[in-house]
Amino acid sequence: MDWSWDRAWEIAPELFTRGLAVTLQATLGGAVLAFTLGLALALLLRSRRPWVRLPVRGFVEVVRSTPLLAQLFILYYVFPSTFGITMSALTTGIVGLGVHYATYTAEVYRSGIDGVPRGQWEAAVALNLPRFRTWTGVILPQAIRRVLPALGNYLIGIFKESPQLALITVVDVLGLARILAAEDFRYLEPLTLAGLFFLVIAIPSSILVRRLERRLEHG
Amino acid sequence: MNTDETPWMIRFDKVVKRYGDNTVLRELDFHVRPGERVTLIGPSGSGKTTILRLLMTLEKVSGGLIEVDGECLTHIRRGDKRVPADEKHIRPIRRKIGMVFQQFNLFPNMNVLRNITEAPVRALGRPRAEAEAKARELLDMVGLADKALEHPSRLSGGQQQRVAIARALAMEPEILLLDEVTSALDPELVTGVQDLLRDIASSSDLTILCVTHEMGFARDISHRVLMFDQGQIVEDGPPEKIFSDPAEQRTRDFLQAVIQT
Ligand SMILES: Nc1ncnc2c1ncn2[C@@H]1O[C@H](COP(=O)(O)OP(=O)(O)O)[C@@H](O)[C@H]1O
Ligand SMILES: [Mg+2]
Repeated sequence: MDWSWDRAWEIAPELFTRGLAVTLQATLGGAVLAFTLGLALALLLRSRRPWVRLPVRGFVEVVRSTPLLAQLFILYYVFPSTFGITMSALTTGIVGLGVHYATYTAEVYRSGIDGVPRGQWEAAVALNLPRFRTWTGVILPQAIRRVLPALGNYLIGIFKESPQLALITVVDVLGLARILAAEDFRYLEPLTLAGLFFLVIAIPSSILVRRLERRLEHG
Repeated sequence: MNTDETPWMIRFDKVVKRYGDNTVLRELDFHVRPGERVTLIGPSGSGKTTILRLLMTLEKVSGGLIEVDGECLTHIRRGDKRVPADEKHIRPIRRKIGMVFQQFNLFPNMNVLRNITEAPVRALGRPRAEAEAKARELLDMVGLADKALEHPSRLSGGQQQRVAIARALAMEPEILLLDEVTSALDPELVTGVQDLLRDIASSSDLTILCVTHEMGFARDISHRVLMFDQGQIVEDGPPEKIFSDPAEQRTRDFLQAVIQT
């Protein structure tokens, strides 16, 4: 089968408007949730109270040791009937991606928080800074700065995993490529374009993350 | 009202500090008067830092109690029992204490001015403008008026330590704890910081507890020197006496060793 520029030009606009919009929503929505919920989980995991810490730890372990796809199915097929919670396919996908990756970013934040030197905590105590302000003004800004590259890598990860949402009927760039291919059984152009799209975003993003890493290392 | 006012600014009463089964302080007693400047000397590991950290509430006592300005820092009464103090009890007392660390511990996510105003604004509720005016006065005093908007990492060690001193003073403490504050500095920066501290000491009525290996500085700054060994006070006296005519062999050995290095 030969590459057809005509076919490529024909499908590109739809692929990169409708499909792209869904991919970006899923990625950014999932990332925002993963980054905020992950921070909340990281803080809960540091709780001194076992009845806070242990259930959260259990939840994190369960989510991490099961496939994202299983979680998406549960959210999409089980939640509506069992808990009466119904969300659109895309929202379900965002929640699934967000919660799944939150259990990983939680670990990232934990290492970032642990990496803040003890002297910073001690200076905050010596200055009688309130505990809350110590977190928001001293510890978290330093911890988050340290983990920005790791979070960036997870953002790319979420982006690359987002096509899994196709299995709960979300039509992203890749899903749309498959639909377009099915129209005339020409798979080459839509799948190539979709693949290129992921490459074109992921490679420069990885380079940016590596640059950020280097910049943070050097002060 | 305050008829039985205590004359002590700091009182250690049979203070015990253990790390695991390593007993660092055993039933340590000592008192410091308001405005008194006391230097703690002694071999490494003798517990000097531990004493400052206990006062700063960075560590908890394993036994005994500590009073600051007549109030118990370590315990509260509950009924007729004494229980370890909680954060709520500690805060107003800790307000009276400031500390300067060997490693400065400036906040790297804030500029110099913000390092100094953060606690007055957030812990004392001072208006930002007022805190900044005060911070600029302090920066002027420590000789860094032009560095207010600089990032700490762009300052030399000596300058960073001056900022840390200004930051501690911005909280208007009554007690200042200095733990080997020039040990991390390049040799040529030591005198500048020491001169600054000498000025601060002589122009204020701060109570100062100072740990240092610089005996000249200790002699200048302190009213009283406590020689520690293995968590106990070996000798207690004015610097003239301790440095020129120590009574104890252990003090003599220690001073001999310090002078040689
Ligand atoms: N966090 C800690 N955990 C265990 N042991 C400690 C800790 N801090 C200090 N120590 C021990 O306490 C003793 C006294 O230490 P320190 O107060 O730092 O002495 P100095 O300041 O006089 O050199 C040392 O034996 C040290 O190993
Ligand atoms: Mg020490």
